[in-house]
Amino acid sequence: MQPAFSVIFLTTLIGMGQGLFLAIYTEQVYSLLNVLPHGEKSLFYAIGSAIALILLGLGMIAAMFHLGRPERAWRAITQWRTSWLSREVIVLPIFMGLLFMYGIVHYMNWNIQLIAIGAVIIDISVVIGLFAMIAASLLFLSTGMIYACLKFLQEWHSPLTVINYVLLGSASGFTLSTLLAAIYAPQSVNFYAGWTIVITLLAYLFRYASLIRNKRLRPKSTVQTAIGVRHTKITQKAMGFMGGSVNTRDFFHHKSKAIIALIKHSFIVLVFYIPIVLLSVYIVQPIQELLIIALISQSLGLIAERWYFFADANHPQNIYYQSIA
Amino acid sequence: MSQLALVIDLNVCVGCHACVTNCKEWNTSGHAGALADDRPYGEDPTGTFFNRVQTYEVGEFPNTETVHFPKSCLHCEDPPCVPVCPTGASYKRKEDGIVLVDYDKCIGCRYCSWACPYGAREIDEHQKVMKKCTLCVDRIYDTNLPEAERKPACVLACPTSARIFGDVHDPDSEVSQTIRERAGYQLMPEWGTKPSNHYLPRRISHYKIHPDELERADNPLKKEDYQSPDLSEPSLDDVTSW
Repeated sequence: MQPAFSVIFLTTLIGMGQGLFLAIYTEQVYSLLNVLPHGEKSLFYAIGSAIALILLGLGMIAAMFHLGRPERAWRAITQWRTSWLSREVIVLPIFMGLLFMYGIVHYMNWNIQLIAIGAVIIDISVVIGLFAMIAASLLFLSTGMIYACLKFLQEWHSPLTVINYVLLGSASGFTLSTLLAAIYAPQSVNFYAGWTIVITLLAYLFRYASLIRNKRLRPKSTVQTAIGVRHTKITQKAMGFMGGSVNTRDFFHHKSKAIIALIKHSFIVLVFYIPIVLLSVYIVQPIQELLIIALISQSLGLIAERWYFFADANHPQNIYYQSIA
Repeated sequence: MSQLALVIDLNVCVGCHACVTNCKEWNTSGHAGALADDRPYGEDPTGTFFNRVQTYEVGEFPNTETVHFPKSCLHCEDPPCVPVCPTGASYKRKEDGIVLVDYDKCIGCRYCSWACPYGAREIDEHQKVMKKCTLCVDRIYDTNLPEAERKPACVLACPTSARIFGDVHDPDSEVSQTIRERAGYQLMPEWGTKPSNHYLPRRISHYKIHPDELERADNPLKKEDYQSPDLSEPSLDDVTSW
């Protein structure tokens, strides 16, 4: 497929936003259960929510550039029964709304207590956060399934696609949350740094698994099935036109194998190796710059990762567009 | 339920592109507005087409065969492009099985074109909506046209009658009979899309002539002891008869 930068930015930005929310909510639940020290962290939660909201908003703006007719985008909420894209379009604003409420409740310090189970006090932000967490999970599922449900894009048609969207989004969100915690909630920074390393490692394992899987794939469609002629040697002599068309532009990356390999290796280093090393160093030697470099490295790496994710997928329609003259 | 479709005879297609030009002509003149067509005589022409004729070489020289292969939307019975559409702009008509795009609802997200393994959908880069073969839905039901012309433009244009149009769900229709009798097949059956359009395979005709077919055994002239000229001699049909 031809990587579309609008979709690359959409998925990396909202993934980071979702991950950031999941990070701060996880920390809130840990504090709630007295695993982590309590403290005045409402402002931190509010800032985290605001930044997550900004990321999601930027993602939405990026998505608009993908549409030919963005003024009709509201129509995309109608086909939730069949279309994962429609489901994503519905869940994204719901998540943003819940996230906004979650942030506001923390910012205004509305500690309305709902239930108290022993020493565990459940206030309204925990409940809103729970719904927001469900929405974030559904959003990850929808985003991943948009790609995973296309069965003839064999590179994408796998549960690994959804798992990787969840893990890569979470990893980048947790990295950002570590940086924010270093500034606004230093008492919890090691919690964030630790989880970021764990999630980034998990993401590395699953992304690597999908790289191995895709390398071993054999295309189901061949030129033989495409035109229905049984012969071992069939070559296209003419695709039917001399210039380009949507079919030649949208479905192939037009890059050399060397560039594809370079992008693959860069994203592995940028998304996984550099952040894991820097965060591990940070736990021993807390220098804030390490977190900034880790975040920049991972964000750039994720753009490369998403680019590669598209370029890696072989669309069977390309069989029909192999030769011009 | 009927399912309108095309049956394309690869045995007689000569690759003349008449179906392509007539398709473009009809569909660029319709109510939906012109189809994108940029720099048609320039260096890098591009545009939206609903139908293409491609050419394949089968085999290795000198044992090669040229296959001209017209490709348009196959109007699948189970179209993967329809359920993925987030707006419902992409739909399959219940009454005749034609897969269509509502150009007023399409948001141009291109997701349906990702979901089509055949590359049958082409976005119109001027109107920014997805377009595709409509089986000339604005023609085949037009009662102002003589009945013989209520067929897709590509079918009418084909000089070798390589394109047959009809209802593949009606077992007695010309298309169904042709598919049955001449081994009509579908493209990329591995994805379970069940394309409605079918293709008729190339056939190599072998014609075996026996000697008694060259010389009439029951020639009445022979009864009259007529001395027929030798086979090697020049002949006129009404003078000589083998």
